[in-house]
Amino acid sequence: MPENDAVERAIAENLSREGALLPILHAVQDALGYIPPESLSRIANALNISNAEVHGVVTFYHDFRTAPAGRHVVKVCRAEACQARGSDALAEHAKAALGVDFKETRADGGVTLEPVYCLGNCALGPSVLLDGRLVGRVTPERFERLVQEEMPRL
Amino acid sequence: MSVRVFVPRDAAALSVGADAVAKAIAARPGVSVVRNGSRGMLWLEPLVEVETPAGRIAYGPVDAADVAGLFDAGFLQGGAHRLNLGKTEDIPYFKKQERLGFARVGVIDPLSLAEYEAHGGWRGLTAALGKSGAQIVDDVTKSGLRGRGGAAFPTGIKWKTVHDTAAAQKYIVCNADEGDSGTFADRMVMEGDPFLLIEGMLIAGIAVGATRGYIYLRSEYPDAERTLVAALELARSAGYLGDNVRGSGKAFHLEVRRGAGAYICGEETALLESLEGRRGIVRYRPPVPAVQGLFAKPTALNNVLTFISVPAILEHGPQFYQDYGVGRSRGTLAFQLAGNLKHGGLVEKAFGVTLRELLYDYGGGSASGRPIRAVQVGGPLGAYLKESQFDTPMDYEAFAAQNALVGHGGLVAFDDTVDMAKMARYAMEFCAIESCGKCTPCRIGSTRGVEVIDRLVAGDRRELQLGLLKDLCETMTDASLCALGGLTPYPVRSALEHFPEDFGRS
Ligand SMILES: Cc1cc2nc3c(=O)[nH]c(=O)nc-3n(C[C@H](O)[C@H](O)[C@H](O)COP(=O)(O)O)c2cc1C
Ligand code: SF4
Repeated sequence: MPENDAVERAIAENLSREGALLPILHAVQDALGYIPPESLSRIANALNISNAEVHGVVTFYHDFRTAPAGRHVVKVCRAEACQARGSDALAEHAKAALGVDFKETRADGGVTLEPVYCLGNCALGPSVLLDGRLVGRVTPERFERLVQEEMPRL
Repeated sequence: MSVRVFVPRDAAALSVGADAVAKAIAARPGVSVVRNGSRGMLWLEPLVEVETPAGRIAYGPVDAADVAGLFDAGFLQGGAHRLNLGKTEDIPYFKKQERLGFARVGVIDPLSLAEYEAHGGWRGLTAALGKSGAQIVDDVTKSGLRGRGGAAFPTGIKWKTVHDTAAAQKYIVCNADEGDSGTFADRMVMEGDPFLLIEGMLIAGIAVGATRGYIYLRSEYPDAERTLVAALELARSAGYLGDNVRGSGKAFHLEVRRGAGAYICGEETALLESLEGRRGIVRYRPPVPAVQGLFAKPTALNNVLTFISVPAILEHGPQFYQDYGVGRSRGTLAFQLAGNLKHGGLVEKAFGVTLRELLYDYGGGSASGRPIRAVQVGGPLGAYLKESQFDTPMDYEAFAAQNALVGHGGLVAFDDTVDMAKMARYAMEFCAIESCGKCTPCRIGSTRGVEVIDRLVAGDRRELQLGLLKDLCETMTDASLCALGGLTPYPVRSALEHFPEDFGRS
């Protein structure tokens, strides 16, 4: 199972670090795109902590997901500085254009839409994170172009 | 000889196409492209600079499609073109600044140790290595430096506590969680001058006797992470980090740790919990982290901008730093001009500059061309200020007198289309989303706050809702364990007080 290999590698590479749990979880998610629920007990075992503790950590942080995301992940900044530059309209536009609500993955698995609270691009908003790439000054028109260029199969 | 052309690799510049511009320029003969940090004039990004005998000539904002035309116009000689902005250093926005911490950001190649050194790098460290820990702490205390993460606690006093607490292991932790909307100074310096942060943390380590350090970096900053990881590796190879820092016999090990998208992990004790591998739940105090911090060991935890202020203090002495600023706010702050402003960017100035100067002289007024109606200063927990307060000087005490915060120095401007009831509601909603859940006023109160504001705006028993909202704010202020619940009433109350007309009919 490639999932198991990735989990074992994440554990082996980080186990000796102080406070290893977050680095392990990040390594698993970097490799697989999500943290398989089956892997939690293995991670707990390696760190000699309870399953509940690992589960608690995974669910506490907004970044970690326990199911695969869509093929593309679009995050729209909803924080104040982007609101001041029209991100509310952009968010509505993105929902309509992609056919999903925030925190949803489209039924065909094409795209996941998520809110994000500040990307540190507050002078050039509205900002979105498209498959991990930061894009600034995103008007609804620019959003359309981005979707066509970067997500052609959507 | 090829001509050096600077194209920023700062995340903001990348977000508006700097990579494509760099590629188009690099494809031309006779140029060598340097990927620098940003000069901070973000509305001009991608801002490209050409090194000429007369100095660096700026062009911006440059689109990849402009590159052919620029070369036709003799760009490599600084030729005239509609995007030519003249010498970078002469652009008024830049020229009027007082750049201490950001002196090298945008100037050098961030990952060149040779350039760092040539532009004055490591001089603070060299001075520190010639002093005792107590002397370094004393310099920092005398400089008047206060923490730049929001609470403005005197850094020297914090370091003295760590210094004076005996322990086999102590830690230095850098808070690079920068979660406040409207702030990006930490990111810019980490991407534009990472060795400076390393130098600041090293000095802290020597001062308090700590041999390990962590940079807790928010996951939203992948570009900064790449730059930091590369810089740490370079610093290790050059002997600045490791068991024997530059032959001094002192050890310092430093690594980056990635957060996981929780605003509350910017709060120092939640951050420590997170570093230890747990949920980011706020700790009760005492003990303070300076006495029992990371893994219950004495820990000097500071913001990025605090650490990067230290090398200059060691290099030039505390008086040099003291000479900037007003009242009890000494030194400079990297103000971040954000939201609906024409000239958004980073302005490093001594404390005492007014909000109005920042908004209009630097910011150029609103981007939309409409009047600026409200400005939130100090992040999501900061108050909204109205036009009649714009002459307030940027100074911790002057802002406190206005029931407002300077915080991390972010300014978010809104024009007259803003709905302040919506912003107040958002403040409560944000608190509900990001609450660590430890105390009821914050966890439940914020959700109640959203509901009350909704009813208020709907005109449902207005007086009753106003009373409820005020009580709720009071409870959150008085009974929250940390400033997330404790300060969320700032934006809410200020919106209500300064813009009552937005909260339904009376
Ligand atoms: C909810 C909350 C979020 C915070 N976020 C940050 C942050 O992102 N960066 C930061 O340096 N300080 C943040 N702080 C302040 C820290 O708790 C702490 O005061 C600071 O990091 C100490 O460093 P300094 O003395 O150098 O400012 C936050 C505080 C609270 C209550
Ligand atoms: S005020 Fe909120 S975030 Fe702070 S400790 Fe209490 S519940 Fe947690």
